[in-house]
Amino acid sequence: MTAPVNPKKLIKGALGDWEVVIGMEIHAQVTSRSKLFSGAPTAFGAEPNDNVSLVDAAMPGMLPVINRECVAQAVRTGLGLKAQINHRSVFDRKNYFYPDLPQGYQISQYKSPIVGEGEVLVDLPDGESITVGIERLHLEQDAGKSLHDQSPTMSFVDLNRSGVALMEIVSKPDLRSSEEAKAYVTKLRTILRYLGTCDGDMEKGNLRADVNVSVRKVGEPFGTRCEIKNVNSIRFIGQAIEVEARRQIAIIEDGGTIDQETRLFDPNKGETRSMRSKEEAHDYRYFPDPDLLPLEFDQAFVDGLASGLPELPDAKKARFIETYGLSAYDATVLVAERASADYFEAVAKGRDGKIAANWVINELFGRLNKEGKSIEDSPVSADQLGAIVDLIGDNTISGKIAKDVFEIVWSEGGEPRQIVESRGLRQVTDTGAIEAAIDQIIAANPDKVEQAKAKPTLLGWFVGQTMKATGGKANPAAVNALLKAKLGIE
Amino acid sequence: MTTKPAELTDLTLAQARDGLRAKEFSARELAQAHIDAIEKARVLNAYLLETPDRALAMADVADQKLAAGEARPLEGLPLGIKDLFCTHGVVTTAGSKILEGFQPHYESTVTHNLWRDGAVMLGKLNLDEFAMGSSNETSAYGPVISPWRRKDSDTKLVPGGSSGGSAAAVAARLCLGATATDTGGSIRQPAAFTGTVGIKPTYGRCSRWGTVAFASSLDQAGPIARTVRDTAILLTSMSGHDDKDTTSVNLPVPDFEAAVNRGVKGLTIGIPKEYRVEGMPSEIERLWQQGADWLRDAGAKVVEVSLPHTKYALPAYYIVAPAEASSNLARYDGVRYGLRVPGKDIAGMYEATRAAGFGREVKRRIMIGTYVLSAGYYDAYYVRAQKIRSLIKRDFEQVYASGVDAILTPTTPSSAFGFGEKAKADPVEMYLLDVFTVTVNMAGLPGLAVPAGLDAQGLPLGLQLIGRPFDEETLFAAGQVIEEAAGRIALPQAWWA
Repeated sequence: MTAPVNPKKLIKGALGDWEVVIGMEIHAQVTSRSKLFSGAPTAFGAEPNDNVSLVDAAMPGMLPVINRECVAQAVRTGLGLKAQINHRSVFDRKNYFYPDLPQGYQISQYKSPIVGEGEVLVDLPDGESITVGIERLHLEQDAGKSLHDQSPTMSFVDLNRSGVALMEIVSKPDLRSSEEAKAYVTKLRTILRYLGTCDGDMEKGNLRADVNVSVRKVGEPFGTRCEIKNVNSIRFIGQAIEVEARRQIAIIEDGGTIDQETRLFDPNKGETRSMRSKEEAHDYRYFPDPDLLPLEFDQAFVDGLASGLPELPDAKKARFIETYGLSAYDATVLVAERASADYFEAVAKGRDGKIAANWVINELFGRLNKEGKSIEDSPVSADQLGAIVDLIGDNTISGKIAKDVFEIVWSEGGEPRQIVESRGLRQVTDTGAIEAAIDQIIAANPDKVEQAKAKPTLLGWFVGQTMKATGGKANPAAVNALLKAKLGIE
Repeated sequence: MTTKPAELTDLTLAQARDGLRAKEFSARELAQAHIDAIEKARVLNAYLLETPDRALAMADVADQKLAAGEARPLEGLPLGIKDLFCTHGVVTTAGSKILEGFQPHYESTVTHNLWRDGAVMLGKLNLDEFAMGSSNETSAYGPVISPWRRKDSDTKLVPGGSSGGSAAAVAARLCLGATATDTGGSIRQPAAFTGTVGIKPTYGRCSRWGTVAFASSLDQAGPIARTVRDTAILLTSMSGHDDKDTTSVNLPVPDFEAAVNRGVKGLTIGIPKEYRVEGMPSEIERLWQQGADWLRDAGAKVVEVSLPHTKYALPAYYIVAPAEASSNLARYDGVRYGLRVPGKDIAGMYEATRAAGFGREVKRRIMIGTYVLSAGYYDAYYVRAQKIRSLIKRDFEQVYASGVDAILTPTTPSSAFGFGEKAKADPVEMYLLDVFTVTVNMAGLPGLAVPAGLDAQGLPLGLQLIGRPFDEETLFAAGQVIEEAAGRIALPQAWWA
């Protein structure tokens, strides 16, 4: 809120510059084998209503029992967000009717969430970084899914998702542009993936964002906000913010006012549409769930989880800069995915970090992007790439040849050093031996030397003789170059 | 030893248990005697569903166990089950149209425990709809008629509620004992009206899993039977920790029957002055005094105690219980099970289903509950009621901390009444019947109702003993003293048969 205004981030309106103010509520599906309050599995892709327990279907007399693993995951996430961990939190019921909500209420945390204030350091594309405040994180149940396309007269309900654990991560209204918002979600997703608490798969709906957008003239108090519900890709988050901010600016500049409401983003039409107004907002009648005791744990539980946390992206980035002498940019790129960072470290270990980073970022990532593959599917393993870097390092091959070797490993596999040997790609350092062989051949064949001056194609004969004389170990390129020089062929 | 009486159904549960083990009669004979009695007593409408085939099959298993000398604690003892307990493959309605025909695919933990111990199921017992009522008049399947009548009168009386079917069936010898539930007095009040014994154990003693919920923070299962000993035997089997209910408590279950003859020598019994309410009939006042005298004669010290927040308990209860109920009953929406009435859209289906499926009292409580939880009213009602609840709990804690072992009160402010006498009046009239019992639920304490005598009309009156958390044993000991001093009340003649 008190961050200095960056003029580049302002939106130009007809009547001057506007600042957009954004806060996000991210719903992240907790990675766990079973649901938040039942033993039903959470596996994706099951047949409709296969992963449903009596509790999930809200049969009479069924009671929720908290899944300790989901609690641990929420605490891990809180630790990853450098947040306050609340040793006592309370589950509340959020009451409303909907067919995919079997209980008639969602079990959530309202007044006493499991995680309180924290922060996320967000790296922006321009190299700057901002700190975004986290307001809270709480655990809640996901709803099921209504299917309206199965029958002309009826709607069907799939309860597989009903009761799956979600973490709702609420940011402070600290974001000031769509770029910042996208970078925030990207970073948050990176942290969640490092922690292993959410797979961040937005296509499967495992990470969804509600985006609160308002606009104001610089220095003025916050404007009235609209909430854009359930945006399911980072690109759409950016688009939704842009169109919503412009919509609000246009209304205000026309002398209108913004109504607080819930809106939906339509990516096809590139617009947001009103879903329900403040007056139509549900009265959720929150109250503590009497079926569940307050959730309590001690510091030892938190400490145990903290000691098992992996190195997180910010720490890893700092270490990469420190240990491997990387640029901040390269380090940021490498730590974006834990798998990339691990790959890089496997390549860089005991080698030149900068060269390793270059190869991972430019050659490997470039090639992976081109083919739409992820680092996990890379045909070139870290060991193989490391071997290529070694071959460059000990002058066995040049950087140029190394790219050829990379290409061969990518498409055919194999051990790089063997490839270099078997294909004669070794860079020849002992030119003297080759030269001596050539001199002998020239001396023994003065007629051929004469003919070659008139007929350069005879070069091939000399190459063959030289290779024969060196037992095939000479680098053909080097042989060519030496012969041309000695025979005076262009 | 027991001698075979004229009617097997007249036996107490403990007598029947001993008679079975002594091979004086078989479990099948015992079950058949009850099946016959139930058939003759259909006019009472105590059973919503009779399960004679199941009863006989279970009795046959019991006879095999008995013959093999492998009798379990409740081997062959026929029980009635309040129709709030989900029973696997046996229709469970909660007394509501909205669950008409609902067959659970699971067994409640409490009934599971009973079958584990060898008990025999006779059928499902009538109750107020979703256990909301104090007279059994709100059942969607018709009221239960009490086996009791006033002296020289054939006016039909209510058995109390919500466990009216359980209390009536026990009093009319249609089972040896019954399961019941108590959210604000639903075990103790009908027990008092029918001259039977009922105990609501400490909150958390019995698992709530598989029992249709009314108000989760108040609901507790317990038994109704004809003697203190019988309720002690049943509660031992019903109790126990359950991983499936977070609010059930992981404490060892004592052998409650062993506590029955402990006596009260050296115990301190508190008499709360705030329970002397205005308009209480003098016979109840006299009986209360009598109860105190009996306990003193048996060696207890009787002291006056104060529970200053008692007068707020009833209004607070009628905020907390409906609030929880309004949410607990949201699941009955016609989507997955039970009644569905079509509508033009989903909201229309909800409205039509719930309008047709719920009775007036249930609707009233859902509306009260929805109101008190609404934005703008939550703090004024629900939050304040919870504060009062804490104060009520503290009142009891202070009394127990001062050395009091149990508290003696009347169970109800009156004896049983006729149909429509209260239901047609202001609903608050009916709610006032819970005035002595709701405090116990609000504080989560155990409460035992034991018959102590008859009023001038010849109707039973009961006393209530309230104990420390998880000290049901003291209640059984003190209850036994009252039962013995009062002499067991002669149960009503079978005018219905």
